[in-house]
Amino acid sequence: MSATDETHDPNRRDFLYIATGMAGLVGAASVAWPFIDQMQPDASTRALASVEVDVASLTPGMSLTVKWRGKPVFIRNRTPEEVKAAQDVKLEELKDPLARNANLASDAQATDTDRSAGKGKENWLVMVGVCTHLGCIPLGQQGEYGGWFCPCHGSVYDTAGRIRKGPAPENMAVPVFSFISDTKIRVG
Amino acid sequence: MSEGHSTYTPKTGLGRWFDARLPLPRLVYDSFIAYPVPRNLNYMWTFGGILSIMLVSQILTGIVLAMHYTSDTTLAFGSVEKIMRDVNQGWLLRYMHSNGASFFFIAVYLHIFRGLYYGSYKAPRELLWILGCIIYLLMMATGFMGYVLPWGQMSFWGATVITGFFTAIPVVGNWIQELLLGGFAVDNPTLNRFFALHYLLPFMIAGVVVLHIWALHVTGQNNPTGIEVKSKTDTVAFTPYATIKDALGMVVFLLFFAYFIFYMPNYLGHPDNYTVADPLKTPAHIVPEWYFLPFYAILRAITFNIGPINSKLGGVIAMFGAIAMLFIVPWLDTSKVRSAVYRPWYKLFFWLFTINAILLGWLGSRPAEGSYVLMAQMATLFYFAFFLVILPVLGLIETPRRLPNSITEAVLEKNKGGSGHPAGATASPETKG
Repeated sequence: MSATDETHDPNRRDFLYIATGMAGLVGAASVAWPFIDQMQPDASTRALASVEVDVASLTPGMSLTVKWRGKPVFIRNRTPEEVKAAQDVKLEELKDPLARNANLASDAQATDTDRSAGKGKENWLVMVGVCTHLGCIPLGQQGEYGGWFCPCHGSVYDTAGRIRKGPAPENMAVPVFSFISDTKIRVG
Repeated sequence: MSEGHSTYTPKTGLGRWFDARLPLPRLVYDSFIAYPVPRNLNYMWTFGGILSIMLVSQILTGIVLAMHYTSDTTLAFGSVEKIMRDVNQGWLLRYMHSNGASFFFIAVYLHIFRGLYYGSYKAPRELLWILGCIIYLLMMATGFMGYVLPWGQMSFWGATVITGFFTAIPVVGNWIQELLLGGFAVDNPTLNRFFALHYLLPFMIAGVVVLHIWALHVTGQNNPTGIEVKSKTDTVAFTPYATIKDALGMVVFLLFFAYFIFYMPNYLGHPDNYTVADPLKTPAHIVPEWYFLPFYAILRAITFNIGPINSKLGGVIAMFGAIAMLFIVPWLDTSKVRSAVYRPWYKLFFWLFTINAILLGWLGSRPAEGSYVLMAQMATLFYFAFFLVILPVLGLIETPRRLPNSITEAVLEKNKGGSGHPAGATASPETKG
């Protein structure tokens, strides 16, 4: 790009230099993208969007685990004592004050009602059974809050799946779900 | 010290013909035969050679194992059992490979601690040291992905936990994790890409090893005194002196290796990995391979939020920070003296650091509860204090012991059973001790 080079037309060389550089840059980026994109979840993985579960057989105190998007989803018919214990917790005692409920606004508070299937269905708790720390599956009805305990790094969740102790930063996620009849839940 | 011009003289006509066109024999001669090494190297300097043959061993056994292995979630576990039962000598090749990984790490840890003790990272060997750290990182990635391939319970949950580190990164964390997994959880795409990368990375390690040895041959080796080579009497030829010493070290190391292969092949593994992976059931107690345990303990030690950084991100930062410390050691250590032999306080703290690292490893194997958590927090604090406080401050306040004038002097002094008296200084520098 030297303007002092008198034997060549500097403008023409400058143009070629910049144009080649730009084409090379755009070319390299567009070739790189397929190599990165192929790493992302493929069509068959993304297709596993929703599952339907029959929960008629779940009496209070019973749980069910279904696989959704390769992850376990806990569906629990909580006992009245468990619901009561979770409702009695003050919000300021919680490590994560947000409901983390995909069916509600993202700033919803982690009250027991907002963690559960909602008014009238407080006994139902549906959540992705994956510890929000590093992805282990917590063990049910264990730990000092009677909820879940993650054996990997010692995170303790209460009966509403809210993080109470240990390294996990968030409450366990509540996925998008709905009751399609009184005894059937669709997750996803 | 490699400045000296080549002394290679081809003896045959073919040798001269070759040398004029591709001086590869000259390179080998200059690097591994005539190459001068400090005369006082001890057995801690044999681990470079040991590591080289471990890399070759891992690549050879790995290539033949890959001929029998199937990287499909429905077949992987069975194909490993097939290797163990049906493939001729398959049990031996697999045990050589799985124990080989552990022994590779045993050797690399001794190699790293050797470097820390004798100050091998100090100028002008900073790049040599950093290349070594890069090899160590690549080894960890390779070891981790290799452990996933048998598709046992520990494989699956180890992969889940380690890829989970990336979800701690704000905003793009989940995207990165999905990119690594090729899905929303560890599954067939994950296994396939880990197999491909596990096959690739050892060759990248071999490439960085070439750079590591190149850098070594530019600066020359450090030695137990930490004093640079000053004259010809300070060195001996690589062959036969270092070759035979390295060979003896290798044989002894391989004896230990063979003992593990034949008598306790599963001692360093985990029984849970002989259970096929179950995505719906986490084992009661997840532990990574032993060589990751100190870092695992640091990861779990951060159970509290630090300002805007939550405990999860904090743990991941602390863990990667623990490794990053190694990269910046050359600039954290302010002492002019290399070797701990002449640094009484550094020597003390070095051993405390070593004990602390072993303690962290043990804590990493314990469940994360009760007093173990507090102990891990204290040990983590000391780990970082060693690098960020002790190393910089010690260099400024410590009074080192008197350094010999040369390697030769140090050797002669030692051979006379010498007190600190500088008797060697009067000895003729030509005398070989």
